[in-house]
Amino acid sequence: MTAVTTVTAVTGVVEPTEQPSDRLFHAVADTITIAQRNLITLRRVPQLLIFSTIQPVIFVLLFRYVFGGAIHVPNVPYVDFLMPGVFAQTVAFGAMNTAIGLAADVNTGLIERFRSLAMARSAVLAGRTLADAVRNVLVVALMATVGFAVGFRVHTNALSLLAALALLVLFGYALSWVFAAVGLAVGQPETAQAAAFPVMAPLVFASSAFVPVSTMPGWLQPFAEHQPLSVVVSASRDLVLGGPTATHVLQALAWCAVILAVAAPLAVRRYRRAA
Amino acid sequence: MNDRDLAPAIVVEGLRKRFGDVVALDGIDLEVPAGTVLGLLGPNGAGKTTTVRVLTTTVRPDAGHASVLGVDVMRHPAAVRARIGLAGQFAAVDDNLTGRENLRMVAQLAHLPRPGIAARATELLERFDLVDAADRPVRTYSGGMRRRLDLAAALVHRPPVLFLDEPTTGLDPQSRSGVWELIGELVDDGATVLLTTQYLEEADRLAHRIVVVDDGRVIAEGTATELKSRFGSTVIEVGFSSAAGALRAHAVLARLAVREPEQSDSTLRVPVADGPRALMDALRALDNGGLAPTTLVVREPSLDDVFLTLTGRRAESAEPAPETTRGAA
Repeated sequence: MTAVTTVTAVTGVVEPTEQPSDRLFHAVADTITIAQRNLITLRRVPQLLIFSTIQPVIFVLLFRYVFGGAIHVPNVPYVDFLMPGVFAQTVAFGAMNTAIGLAADVNTGLIERFRSLAMARSAVLAGRTLADAVRNVLVVALMATVGFAVGFRVHTNALSLLAALALLVLFGYALSWVFAAVGLAVGQPETAQAAAFPVMAPLVFASSAFVPVSTMPGWLQPFAEHQPLSVVVSASRDLVLGGPTATHVLQALAWCAVILAVAAPLAVRRYRRAA
Repeated sequence: MNDRDLAPAIVVEGLRKRFGDVVALDGIDLEVPAGTVLGLLGPNGAGKTTTVRVLTTTVRPDAGHASVLGVDVMRHPAAVRARIGLAGQFAAVDDNLTGRENLRMVAQLAHLPRPGIAARATELLERFDLVDAADRPVRTYSGGMRRRLDLAAALVHRPPVLFLDEPTTGLDPQSRSGVWELIGELVDDGATVLLTTQYLEEADRLAHRIVVVDDGRVIAEGTATELKSRFGSTVIEVGFSSAAGALRAHAVLARLAVREPEQSDSTLRVPVADGPRALMDALRALDNGGLAPTTLVVREPSLDDVFLTLTGRRAESAEPAPETTRGAA
């Protein structure tokens, strides 16, 4: 499984003898190496995880006990309506970490080192987004626990809840690629954070995450109804509250696919030119 | 010696690159024979880092050719990457990983056989005097330790060609000489090194040959000795008890000078061509003129003079330019 490249020094002719299977093996191994590296950071600086859950926890408390009483949702207790929205908000804001992390790597010159190594070129982004997905799994699990503590109940079954959480993590993964491109483009962690927020805010707040879309002004409703975060929230609600699930889930999966298909090539292009 | 030893390890021909309106490289040519150190000397923004980035395959030039060990940098970047090590200006190591974890990560990414990775990391930590700090996160390291780790990371996969981009910038003198010693050892082991620096002393001490670049062009090259004798001059420095004494000495010694002598207060600096000969003439002229200096110093030509002669600037006070602004490209 070694990559051998035969070179004739005089003519400069290179005959790559690396098999496609070796290439795939290296791409996977390098991706895991990078993901491990980013997860070590998570373990060593747990504040990163804690701080990124404080904000959604505050939102849960705020909407559950302060604003929630004023928000009327037909047929379900507000906390059950709220939690899928909070999950989506959490993974969406969590995706900003991808931008901040990659911008920091550009800034310290680590990306330059990676690009000068004979590693798989896809691995830096694939590893980073994989680590962020693992992180999102932890964060979503934590938020679900918080939800149960404040009275959130699943109306369907455990499997549907898992499916909803998996969909949310997938959505976070797709957004990570968007923010990978942003982080590489700006190259400064502080700028990355500042640049990510205005993109994120309308996605999170002009959505069905906290209030029913029907309460919004007419001009906003079409956007708020069909934008990706709302669709993902609707699909998650269908899964945990019951009712027909297929339409929203398929739409949510389609959104994830579209976001990935657009953002991943952009991020890869940015990576090639970064630093 | 076979053909490979005779062929230059690094060849750069007519390299051009612009970033927007900024011309970073304006036709750079250079060669580095295998097993030697080339010092790329120049002020910030001269094109040193861009040259390194082309050779390490992270920037594509607009025109020109570059090859490492006979492998074309543009056509076979992956093959080049397997043969080079890079230590940049920024000590590119992960702050949250330990020194050992950083080296293991680079070893894995360079596709070293897994069983040898732990031993290789330990070997490098020992060699770079990082054993005590090996299992501490890098954010607890001093600047010198970070730089040593960065250098170790560049060597993990035993690359035959090394690019060191300002390896001691920002280090205190003691750490700097520590890094110099390590680079010296690498060269003794047969590595080919391209070293960029703003420090003349560094080039003087480490480089077999020096290429001076400014504004993206090569403006001089040769050994340190050659450059000094071509562009530098011995300086006779005489001090008097008063400015009037220095002024009178100026009149007497001007004919010996290769350039206009510099006078500051009661001290006169006379650049001369042939040091010993000129010194004898100078002493005789001063004696005949009845002038007795209070101090007398003869300074050998330095690369500092070379730089001043060639660029009209002092090397270390040069203006920062776009090259150092990360992300500008």
